[in-house]
Amino acid sequence: MSGWSTHTGTAVVLPLENVDTDQIIPARFMSTPRSEGYGRFLLHDLAHDAEGAKLPGFALNRHPDASVLVTRRNFGGGSSREAAVYALVDSGIRAVIAPSFGDIFAANAVNNGLLPARVSAEAAEEMITSLGDATAPVRISLTELTITLGDRTLAFDLADTWREKLINGWDDIDLTLQERDANAAFRDAYRAATPWAWPAT
Amino acid sequence: MSPPRTLFDKVWARHEISRDAGGTSLLWVDRHLVHEGSHHAFAKLAERGLKVAAPELTFAVVDHYAPTRERAHIKDPAIRRMVQTLEANAEKHGITCFGLRDPRQGIVHVIGPEQGLTLPGLLVNCGDSHTSTHGALGAIGFGIGATEVAHVLATQTLRQKKPKTMCITVDGALGPGVGAKDIALGWIARLGADGARGHAIEYAGNTIRGLSVEARLTLCNLSIEGGARCGMVAPDDVTLDYLVARPFAPRGALWDRAEQDWLSLASHPDAEFDREVSIDAADIAPTVTWGTSPDEAAPITDHVPDPATAPPEKAARIGAALDYMGLRPGQPLTSIAVDQVFIGSCTNARIEDLRAAAAVLAGRRAKVPGLVSAGSALVKQQAEAEGLDRIFTEAGLEWVAAGCSMCVGMNGDLVEPGKRCASTTNRNFRGRQGRGARTHLMSPAMAAAAAVTGYLTDVRPMLAERSVA
Ligand code: SF4
Repeated sequence: MSGWSTHTGTAVVLPLENVDTDQIIPARFMSTPRSEGYGRFLLHDLAHDAEGAKLPGFALNRHPDASVLVTRRNFGGGSSREAAVYALVDSGIRAVIAPSFGDIFAANAVNNGLLPARVSAEAAEEMITSLGDATAPVRISLTELTITLGDRTLAFDLADTWREKLINGWDDIDLTLQERDANAAFRDAYRAATPWAWPAT
Repeated sequence: MSPPRTLFDKVWARHEISRDAGGTSLLWVDRHLVHEGSHHAFAKLAERGLKVAAPELTFAVVDHYAPTRERAHIKDPAIRRMVQTLEANAEKHGITCFGLRDPRQGIVHVIGPEQGLTLPGLLVNCGDSHTSTHGALGAIGFGIGATEVAHVLATQTLRQKKPKTMCITVDGALGPGVGAKDIALGWIARLGADGARGHAIEYAGNTIRGLSVEARLTLCNLSIEGGARCGMVAPDDVTLDYLVARPFAPRGALWDRAEQDWLSLASHPDAEFDREVSIDAADIAPTVTWGTSPDEAAPITDHVPDPATAPPEKAARIGAALDYMGLRPGQPLTSIAVDQVFIGSCTNARIEDLRAAAAVLAGRRAKVPGLVSAGSALVKQQAEAEGLDRIFTEAGLEWVAAGCSMCVGMNGDLVEPGKRCASTTNRNFRGRQGRGARTHLMSPAMAAAAAVTGYLTDVRPMLAERSVA
C-alpha cells in the first residue's frame, strides 16, 4: 500500500447518519474476489432501484468522480466486513469526513489507505449545508490535519499512529514479523504462566 | 502501588507484548476463529507466501454461508465456492475446521463457548463484529477486519489501541418474560447505536450475576450494536459450572489452577471506569425495534414514534425509518402485523433460547410461517432430544440446520422485499435479511408470541395463561 500526505479532489455529501457497513456493501456481494473490483457495489441498494438501474438522484451517481465523502455520525457501524472499505476505495474515495465512525470500520479504513477524518458535528453540518447537492474542490493535508473546502479550512481528528500509517503506507505484518523473536519469547513466558490458555487436546 | 484494576485492564495487560509511543499495543491472541469471510485474509497470506503462525490456536467454521437445507449438494455455485475455499484453506494450513459435515458445526460465536475454546482471561478475535459475544465468559473478544485477520494469521498477534472502559450495572429482579435481549435493546435505545463507541463494557450488578451463561452471551453479543468494542462479565461459579468438562477446556490439575486464576480476574471493588451507567431491572419490559437501527427500540406496550412530535434533529431520521419499515407514526407496536418469524442467530439460538420459544409455542399454532435454526448442530441435537423440534413443527414452523441462516442475506435464507420479519437476530439494518426486508428485533419468547398472533405481541399474558393452566 502506498502512503499519501495530501489529497486534492472533489467532495460530495451523503446526508445520512448511521450508514452501517451492510448498507455500504450488502452481504450478497461479498463472495466476489477482490481482484474483480468492489466499486460497483458501493452503497448498492441506496444507489440502485430494485431492477438494478442507477438512481439518478443519488449523490454518487451524479458525481462519480467524487473522492471525498462528507457524512453524518456513526458512519461504518455494524459488521466488521472490510469489503465496505474496498467498495469505497475501489470507487476512488480517499477520505470520509464524519463526526464519528464505527471502530472496526475506522481501523479497516486506515489499513487500506482510506482516511476516516473526524470533525465536530457542527463542522460536518456546515459542510453538508454549504455543499448541498453540488460538489466542491477539497484539499486534505495529513501533515497539517486540515481540510480545505472552498475558502474554509478546518482541522480534523486522527490518532497519531493512524496518521503515520497513512502517510507511510505502512504494513503492520512486515513490522510485526521483524519482532518475531520478541513475540516468541513473550509467548513462551505467557504459556509458562498460564498453560491453561492453550486448548486441551 | 498500581491503581485497582478492572477485569478488562487485567486481561488486556496479560496479553500486551509491547506498546508503541502512539499508545498502540501489540497483543498476543489466544484464539483466532475464522469463517468463510476470511477468504480475503487467506488470499493476502498467499500473496506473500506466509504460513499461519499458530494453527493450533486457529479454528475454522462454516456458518455465514452454510445452507440450512439440502447440504449434501450445495446448488448455488458462489456459496459452494465460499465453503470449499474455507475448507481448503484450513486443510492447507493445518487448522481444525468444523465443516458442514462435522457434528460440532454451528455459528462461530455459539461453538466457541460450547466447545470450551472460549475461556476466561483469553483474548479471542474473529473477523466478525459479534466476537463481543465471547466476553460473557470473562474473555476479551472483539471483531477485526480482513487486514487484521491476515495479521493474526501471520503472527498470532494484533496491533490495537486500548479502548476506554465502561461499566453497565443492572440491579434488581427482572419481570417475567423479560431477559438479556431486553436488557440489551433497552440500554442501546437509551444510549444510542454509537453510545459505547470506543469503550469496552463490563456488565455488572446482581441482575447480571443472576443470569445464566447463555443469557450473558446474548447480552455481550449485542454490545457491538451499542458501538462498544467488546462486552464482558466477570467469571464466577456460574461460568465455571458452564465450562467444566467442555472438550477444549483444561482438565484435572490444570483446571484447578485455571479456576483460581479466573476467579481472581474480577474488577477490584475500587477500580474506576471511564464511564458508568446504571439500570434498574424493574424498568425493563419486553422490547422490540421499530426502525432500521438497533437503538430504534421501545417497550412492546409503547407506540411507533411520530416525527411530527420528535425533536427536530431526530425527525428526519425517524421519518426515513418509518418510510422504509412501512409504519404509521404513532401506531401501537402491537398493531404491527408480521409476515414471518425467524428464531436463530448467534444472539438467540442456544438451547435456553429455543426452550423459551418452545414454551410459548407448545400447544399453539403459528399464524405466519417461520424458520427455526439452532445455533449449532449440538444445540439442534439437544433440542431434538427434548422434543422441541416437534413443538416448532407442530406449530407450523420450519426446523432447519445450524448456521447464520436468515440473520444475514448470504446463505440462501432471505426475507423477501417488503416482507416483515419478527426476528431474534441482532441487526435490523436496511436490507440486512435481504433487500427491502423489514426486521423487528426481539427475544425468542417475543418472536414466538408474534408467530402465534401474527402481530408484534406482548408475550407476558401468554406466559401468565400458561402458569395458570
Ligand atoms: S448469526 Fe448473524 S450476527 Fe451472528 S455471526 Fe452469523 S451473520 Fe453474524
